[in-house]
Amino acid sequence: MQPFEYVRATGVRDAVTAATTDGETAFLAGGTTQVDLMKDGVLAPRVLIDITRLPLRGVAAGPDVLRVGALTTMEELAADPVVTRRLPVVRESLLLAASTQLRNMATIGGNLLQRTRCRYYRDLSCACNKRVPGAGCDAIDGHHRMHAILGTSEHCVATHASDLAVALVALDATVRTSGASGERALPLNAFYQTPGDTPGVEHELRPGELITEVEVPLLPDGTRSGYLKVRDRASYEFALASAAVAIQVTDGVVRDARIALGGLATVPWRCHDAENFLRGAPASEETYRAAADAALAGARPLPGNAFKVELGKRTVVRALSMVTAPLVTEPPG
Amino acid sequence: MELPVLLRVNGVVHELNLDPRVTLLDALRERLGLTGTKKGCDQGACGACTVLVDGKRVLSCLTLAVTRGDGEGDITTIEGLAGNLDGDEHPVQRAFIACDAFQCGFCTPGQIMSAVALLAEGRAGSDAEIREFMSGNICRCGAYPNIVAAIRQAAGERGRAAV
Repeated sequence: MQPFEYVRATGVRDAVTAATTDGETAFLAGGTTQVDLMKDGVLAPRVLIDITRLPLRGVAAGPDVLRVGALTTMEELAADPVVTRRLPVVRESLLLAASTQLRNMATIGGNLLQRTRCRYYRDLSCACNKRVPGAGCDAIDGHHRMHAILGTSEHCVATHASDLAVALVALDATVRTSGASGERALPLNAFYQTPGDTPGVEHELRPGELITEVEVPLLPDGTRSGYLKVRDRASYEFALASAAVAIQVTDGVVRDARIALGGLATVPWRCHDAENFLRGAPASEETYRAAADAALAGARPLPGNAFKVELGKRTVVRALSMVTAPLVTEPPG
Repeated sequence: MELPVLLRVNGVVHELNLDPRVTLLDALRERLGLTGTKKGCDQGACGACTVLVDGKRVLSCLTLAVTRGDGEGDITTIEGLAGNLDGDEHPVQRAFIACDAFQCGFCTPGQIMSAVALLAEGRAGSDAEIREFMSGNICRCGAYPNIVAAIRQAAGERGRAAV
């Protein structure tokens, strides 16, 4: 690990002032990605600003929105009673991610900013446009079974690793930030950037800008939501494909639907076309299959991950069937 | 540059001067001689380095010691589990021995620390739940069936003790 200067911030203003805009400083929260990548030499900040003592921890529920402090841990958010009752998709996306040890450390703000698990990004001996702009991408001609089929470019096919971000994109969450030029509110749907020509630029945050809070709109009563994660082992593994879904069905007809995909795309992937298709359609597996076709219509697989197109579609169908099944098979009494 | 660090480990406060790069795992093992906590992958993937901070299980390999260095946060390692260094085994340790829940033993301290936290979290309701919430602790020998049995046994004792 490269040497760095350690600074412990005592207030948000402190932290933001200590951060420079030249990319030489980094914030340290849970550290589960930051410390790992510093050990590997992928990240090498000159100054590490410990923000763990900032008063940004806790969950507050209003009538329509949940406010989540950026330093709330994944375990804390998963255990929140409002999340358990009103936002199953959020709870499931949290508990299906990582391990309890990591969820006790990792924060919500950090989770949204976690780096890709692309092996080529994490290996300094490999070419990676995300790590070194213009260096090339060894994944495209290499082992890319885990890589993205949506939102890719000729420069990068790395997937976004967060499960929570998939759920929050589906729910139209907003990220609140504090930075040198003041405070901002950024819709999560427009927060993440596909790689294009600049895979190193992953989101709308400016250097030195800090996430302070995440606002999650609560789902309307009667909405069914859930998170389905398909992976190589039953637990403690990143997604090959995942789907966050929320759907309202009355009298057998879909009134509203939200779908976002994980493990398949370079950013948490919202599926507006599939949602539009579902609205007003009968709640049936046939409809779900057609919606899934729409969700994956833009897929551009590589030779090693072509299986993900069908896998992604089946994940969408199963997630929708899973959350709506109780509507037709509710046990008596 | 080294920084003064106060670490409260197993009830004892230690004053150390540490480079900020030193992980809690290395501080425990190399500076405090508490080698029960194991370095497996050193990248947050195996769980061998699991310790408790204020009763919650965390990975010491991904924790920079300096971040816990103001004496806040009670760190418990396998050496402190029984309450003192010469004490009897913790019930979970006894259950691991009774159920033969290890082969080479390298992952065992991490397994036990994780299991202690799992019981406190109330997540030992079924074998499936134990397996899910112990999934952050890898055992290369594959002693999983006996690890689950040991946790089930310790959960049973705990339940009886609470009645």
